[in-house]
Amino acid sequence: MSTFVSQFKSAASVMTKDLRHRRIIRTALRNYEIVRDKRKAAFQSWESARQLAAETKWQAVNHLDRHLEQFEAKLKSRGTKVHWASNAAQAREIVLQIVADKKAKSVIKSKTMTSEEIHLNHALEDAGLRVVESDLGELIVQLRHEAPYHLVFPSMHLTRDEIRELFQRELEGDKNYSDDPEELTMAARRALRQKYITADVGITGANFAIAETGMVSITENEGNARLTAALPKTMISLIGIEKVLPKFSDLALFLPMLATMGAGQQITCYNTMYSGPRQPGETDGPEEWHVVLLDNHRTELLADAEQRDALHCIRCGACLNVCPIFRNVGGHTYNTTYGGPVGSVITPHLRGLQDWKHLSAASSLCGACTETCPVKIDLHHHLLHNRRNSVKQKPPLGEKFAFKFFAFGASRPGLWKFGMEMARLFQPLQTIVHRTPLDPVKPWTQSRELPPLAQESFKDWWRNRQK
Amino acid sequence: MKNAETNLSEREKILGRIREALKVEAHVPGVHHGGAGGPPVGSNARTWLPVVGATTDEQLALFAKNSAELKTDFQLLSSAEEARTAIVALRDKENWKRVALHSGELTDAVCPPLNLPFLHTDKSYAAPELEQCDVGISECDAIIAQTGSVLVTNRSAGGRALSVLPPHHVVLARRKQLVADLPSAFELLQKKYADKWPSMISFITGPSRTGDIERILVLGAHGPKKLTILCF
Repeated sequence: MSTFVSQFKSAASVMTKDLRHRRIIRTALRNYEIVRDKRKAAFQSWESARQLAAETKWQAVNHLDRHLEQFEAKLKSRGTKVHWASNAAQAREIVLQIVADKKAKSVIKSKTMTSEEIHLNHALEDAGLRVVESDLGELIVQLRHEAPYHLVFPSMHLTRDEIRELFQRELEGDKNYSDDPEELTMAARRALRQKYITADVGITGANFAIAETGMVSITENEGNARLTAALPKTMISLIGIEKVLPKFSDLALFLPMLATMGAGQQITCYNTMYSGPRQPGETDGPEEWHVVLLDNHRTELLADAEQRDALHCIRCGACLNVCPIFRNVGGHTYNTTYGGPVGSVITPHLRGLQDWKHLSAASSLCGACTETCPVKIDLHHHLLHNRRNSVKQKPPLGEKFAFKFFAFGASRPGLWKFGMEMARLFQPLQTIVHRTPLDPVKPWTQSRELPPLAQESFKDWWRNRQK
Repeated sequence: MKNAETNLSEREKILGRIREALKVEAHVPGVHHGGAGGPPVGSNARTWLPVVGATTDEQLALFAKNSAELKTDFQLLSSAEEARTAIVALRDKENWKRVALHSGELTDAVCPPLNLPFLHTDKSYAAPELEQCDVGISECDAIIAQTGSVLVTNRSAGGRALSVLPPHHVVLARRKQLVADLPSAFELLQKKYADKWPSMISFITGPSRTGDIERILVLGAHGPKKLTILCF
């Protein structure tokens, strides 16, 4: 068993029994469901909007080369520097080189999952930089030295009490505040205010990369990304190559759909499109803007035509919110950058099928993820595809032998009868070793009772009845 | 900086992998395993987005309703004179000491009676000074009925920071700037700016907000705590 599987299993078995955790998640998501459904219902046809979004993303991803070239050319024509990184190490190297060239000492970041994927914060801190996450939820998990719990709600697993204690310990400035969410938010606001102004470099992610106009579209609620892209002298944006949309006007559909599924909003507070660094005649904004386009195994997923639609993902987090597995095992149990159903689908492609195939097995295949996905990714079937591919790639010999053994016995009536007699005879002994290491069927019985075998088989009953 | 050659080669490698991958065609979009496709959906998002009334009055009413939900202070006024009165009332109520703004037809017409020191962000300015301002006053490109959004660009609204750094953002808009829905807003931008794009375009929908602590809504996370729209 790989270490990732055993980590997942032990974390999952702790979390599923953690009623406090379950209560927090349930409370956090209850209101989400209500507002999301209200927003969906406001669409003239949510289903048609989904189909249009799926078709648009299909166009984007299935002509990715053309769109990326167009995106790059447009960006460059307005003075933006575009970098390409095949893997995480290259992307880190590019960013480190930029901050070194700028002799930067401090970095302010707005939310970017891509930077989590390439472990950028560690690399920057190792290089001696001060890194501050500006999104409130990201700041909270950064102060706790944790990974984000959820794609959209990084700190949804924490209570206000925990956050108050954290802020009193970690934040500078006046510490006299209660556990009122508003007071806590204002404490973070005060602590970060000057950081925007003094940071040398601002790092952002991207929600959409518009090929037609060479724009990076960033969706947020807090205004932290707006400030990150306005005040520091140098701006860096990390973008996964799959983030493209063909046309500027496609945003008219994607912005409200992302907001609807992300947090049950009609549209988020700030949706901002950047097409360059400060242009002649403009009075603020970064003097330099670097866009880093990241592959990091996305082209491998692209090469899998069956699962290519997983690259349509707009990271709204809706599939996590409806997933019974996510809601029970929690976001950190996955131990991946991208959690929940979509994470279970793509992580094996990004980080190795054999190490991460267990995520595809941790599913009830209920299909709630597929049903909710705004771009219609066939999520739960892809979990099955991953299972099939992993078995094809590395056949499980023990299981194969077990089925051979079963087939051998099941196709020989005499042997089958003998086996059943033996099982009936020895089953009472199982109750003695039940849930102990001696139990031969322990993986099955540790959470279940073994039903007793019928004392008389159907065959015997039928024969006796004939007499 | 890495030398151009390595960059070029990574670029070529990635594009090469993409082209290789795309040689195999993907299944048609939006059809799940074994399922049938739905009816054609066209390419016009407007057909599927939430309904917006046809008349200006309906659209203004929708904008007002959205604003109320978003906790935007939307004041529908009938003249520049009323806007001047309204902005002076805001000054007195909130005790503004320093005001940031940019020059423009509407700001020049409405703001002088404030009679306060102005920081102009359409001229070279220092960010710490803007941070000290009590309010940022800007114009906009459009207001959008469907979502209750204000559309700004750094060209039309005094740069990137004016509308987001001070704790209160006041927007001046004319009634004729109201557009029905998001697709209209994108059409307007295309028409107005195509190929002379301002480097920042932003749809602002309500005051800054967060729900990161127990999913409870708090206004004024990092951006303005208040958004006021004076429309005349």
